Amino acid sequence: MTITDPSAFGSQPSGEDDPSVRPSLVEGVNEDFSSVTDAVAGIAEIPVERTNRAWIICFAISVSLLGMLGMLILHLITTGVGVWGNNNPAYWGWPIVNFVFWVGIGHAGTLISAILFLTRQNWRTGVNRAAEAMTIFAVVCAGMFPGIHIGRVWVAYWLFPLPNQMAMWPNFRSPLLWDVFAVSTYASVSLLFWYMGMVPDLATFRDRAVNNTRRIAYGIFSLGWTGSSRHWHVYERAYLLLAALATPLVLSVHSVVSFDFAVSQLPGWHTTIFPPYFVAGAIFSGFAMVLTLMIPARQFFGLKHIITMRHIDVMCRILMATGLMVGYAYSIEFFIAWYGGVQYESFAFVNRAFGNYWWAYWIMVTCNVIIPQLFWSKKLRANLWVVMIVSITTNIGMWFERFVIAVTSLSRDFVPSSWGYFSPTWVDVTMFIGSFGLFFTLFLLFLRFLPVVAIAEVKTVMPQAHAHGEDHGESHSAGGSAAAPASRHDA
Amino acid sequence: MSDQKKNDEIHGVVAYFDDVDSVMSAARKVRDAGYKKWDAYTPFPVHGIDEAMGTKPTILPWIVLGMGLTGMACGLLLQWYTNAYDYVFLISGKPNWSLPANIPVTFEVVILFSAYTAFFAMLGLNKLPHLSNPLHKLPKFRRVTADRFAICVEAKDPNFDADRVRAILGADTSEMEDCPVDTSRAALPLWFHAVMALVTCATFIPLSLAVKGRFATSEKPRYHVWPDMDFQRKRKTQTGWEGFEDGRSMRLPVEGTIPRGELRDDFELYFGVAQGSSVPPRATYDAGSMGGEKHEWLQSFPTAVVVDEALLERGRERYGIYCGVCHGAQGNGLGAVALRAKAIDAEQWGWVSPKALQSDSAKAYTNGELFHIASHGISSMKGYGSQITPKDRWAIVAFVRAIQASQALPKAPGDLPEGVDFEPVPTIKDVRLSEASVDAPAGGTEPAGEAR
Ligand code: HEC
Repeated sequence: MTITDPSAFGSQPSGEDDPSVRPSLVEGVNEDFSSVTDAVAGIAEIPVERTNRAWIICFAISVSLLGMLGMLILHLITTGVGVWGNNNPAYWGWPIVNFVFWVGIGHAGTLISAILFLTRQNWRTGVNRAAEAMTIFAVVCAGMFPGIHIGRVWVAYWLFPLPNQMAMWPNFRSPLLWDVFAVSTYASVSLLFWYMGMVPDLATFRDRAVNNTRRIAYGIFSLGWTGSSRHWHVYERAYLLLAALATPLVLSVHSVVSFDFAVSQLPGWHTTIFPPYFVAGAIFSGFAMVLTLMIPARQFFGLKHIITMRHIDVMCRILMATGLMVGYAYSIEFFIAWYGGVQYESFAFVNRAFGNYWWAYWIMVTCNVIIPQLFWSKKLRANLWVVMIVSITTNIGMWFERFVIAVTSLSRDFVPSSWGYFSPTWVDVTMFIGSFGLFFTLFLLFLRFLPVVAIAEVKTVMPQAHAHGEDHGESHSAGGSAAAPASRHDA
Repeated sequence: MSDQKKNDEIHGVVAYFDDVDSVMSAARKVRDAGYKKWDAYTPFPVHGIDEAMGTKPTILPWIVLGMGLTGMACGLLLQWYTNAYDYVFLISGKPNWSLPANIPVTFEVVILFSAYTAFFAMLGLNKLPHLSNPLHKLPKFRRVTADRFAICVEAKDPNFDADRVRAILGADTSEMEDCPVDTSRAALPLWFHAVMALVTCATFIPLSLAVKGRFATSEKPRYHVWPDMDFQRKRKTQTGWEGFEDGRSMRLPVEGTIPRGELRDDFELYFGVAQGSSVPPRATYDAGSMGGEKHEWLQSFPTAVVVDEALLERGRERYGIYCGVCHGAQGNGLGAVALRAKAIDAEQWGWVSPKALQSDSAKAYTNGELFHIASHGISSMKGYGSQITPKDRWAIVAFVRAIQASQALPKAPGDLPEGVDFEPVPTIKDVRLSEASVDAPAGGTEPAGEAR
């Protein structure tokens, strides 16, 4: 990606140095409702012929990769899963690693929108929409891998409890079936959550539409939203409920994904720490991905005053905290392997760090535990180049974490005669790259045509959004008071 | 009348406001004036406006709670029906139905139901989608989703009086207008109807195909999506193939070799005859029974078999598994299968009753002959050689000898200790139908005649 505005990287931390004064959520002098609307809606309203160059280049690359992915899937389906490197003893290779990788990334979105909403972390408003979109697209990528991994995709409906010609039902005691329920629930609930949050903003787009196509398209999807306060009342309640439902859901999804491993008997998988460890890892990788996506997006689309340095700072801190949790999990695994005194367990872990796959293990530790320690320094958190690099290495590290878990354990199971060394095929590698094509195609389309920031929600955290008691004789004109450090408004 | 007419023409009076404070203050006034059909329109949810408008709390949470509980019931029922009732999974002797394993899926179904309900009930309560709204026709109203606020008091309100409304709203508003009733009806083009009709019809095709597949019968074989899985390039066992000279797809062992574990060099142990003598064929009653003097049947036990209590115990167990069902636990020919056959008079279809093993003829067999019968059967009885190992067959022979010596004695043996009850074991002749079958009448001495 080319950086069109390098001066923005390395800008100073936002707000006052006095920690008791919180910097305002929306930065800039004279920000008001209309300028926020203009900033966000403006992105989607650029005429097609004046589309940002960088966007076009990125989109062209993504779409080509997506096309490649499509061809590869066709190749896979017509030939069989033998085109992958999965083979005895590592029957779970890259496809499952990629699945867990993507589904993990898909956690930050709902986490930001739901958990931070419930805990009234208002800073989320700038980034939640994009993070939710990222969630959905990541879950799409995630869902694809197990979908094609089943081999005979034309009988994929066997995964669901549907009456079929065999008069059989799926086994509800299998974590793999729990996974089907967890991931599909998560995907559809996130989609609802995302779409519902977008309805008022789509109505804004509809009302600003300059031509009929836009008016009809946004008109249909905004469902005739008027901004009625009675509607808002029910809407807010529904949003709160969805957030309350999505919170345990997001925690359950990666726990269930971890059961796929933990419920089996394989040394290195069969550990009780997996659910919390996987959830922490998911949040970690999710936030890394949000940073990777949002930093360029705010540069290109002029959203620096909405997605502020404060957002980035907070996300960096969360990244470091979850990184520490993940590091803790790594060390506790070793402790338990030693303390538990089971020779297979201790072998599995020593083998992880010093066996055939030592390189993968140490890439994982370096990327996930060591590098994020940079964020102890406030200065580095404010340097966007550093943040960008750390977020990318975190993504790499988290991919390797899943690789280490899945492959090292499988390739060294109980029976030494079946030990092996997993190597991916060209299809494995290109498919993983292709999944980025799928992800970025969707994400770039989102950036281009949908409200990237929750416009209505951002307005609620602006100082003008609050009534000033009964003294309506002298009301603020919109935009009048935004410049003041609004410490009392953003509770 | 003229006033009424005027009300019919307008949808309502719309006032615009520039900030939160003025819209709140106007909302309070409209509320206090007692209007019901009115609403405030804002670009974002304004904190405190519900109270200012007098909006009652929504029942949405209760609907969601109800559907969440329904989801729980459905989730549990689904799992119970599919895994514990309709198609029972037996996994490592675990109970068919145990709640802990069903928690994850139940939880997900609860969330699924509640979340969908929260969304769709929100739409329902707000009467959305509602694409055609007179307010959308007002160019000024478009800014309400961006940076302006509005209040519209609708003409439908029973207390509606345009002038009074204007007076109430006038104090805070920056601009006011009447919203005309929307009379335009945007007719959809004809091609749209045609396309939609076609699409609607097309949606029924998959369903009707599924229904046809479910209820119609067909001569044609199943459609193979990717045939290489169903038809693999390999020969199956026990089939022919012209590729080999003998026309079989399977190969015989190489001449002069014996598969591992199939060496039969101990004749006593494997055939029940003297070492080096001829190996007898399967025995039948009509072909002169066991072949008489032609074979050197083993009288005692092979040297490889040690007859001790453990062997007898093993024999009792194996006999119970393989022979007792027909010949009866005591060898009297009254096993469960024999009794059942008697009860349904299976002889009419050619059923041959198992013989008692305590009869004189059975006693007369040598050990080798008994072993031969256990291995290959005799006449109607099939052999059990393929299921029971040779040593276990010898154990069964030892056990049969034991029951022959101890059961079905016509009278108490003389050397029976004092005080021990003796009761002769029943034979097939003593079986009354009441014992053979619960629904048959009791009392007959000729079982065959009494059977229905
Ligand atoms: C399915 C029922 C069935 C089972 C099980 C069975 N038998 Fe028989 N057996 C028969 C029948 C029927 C006959 C009589 C065959 C005939 O008359 O054609 C018979 C005959 C015999 C005879 C010959 C008796 C005689 O007086 O000539 C012997 C010995 C014998 N069985 C032993 C065994 C042993 C040992 C086993 C267990 C390995 C066994 N049977 C299991 C049905 C059975």
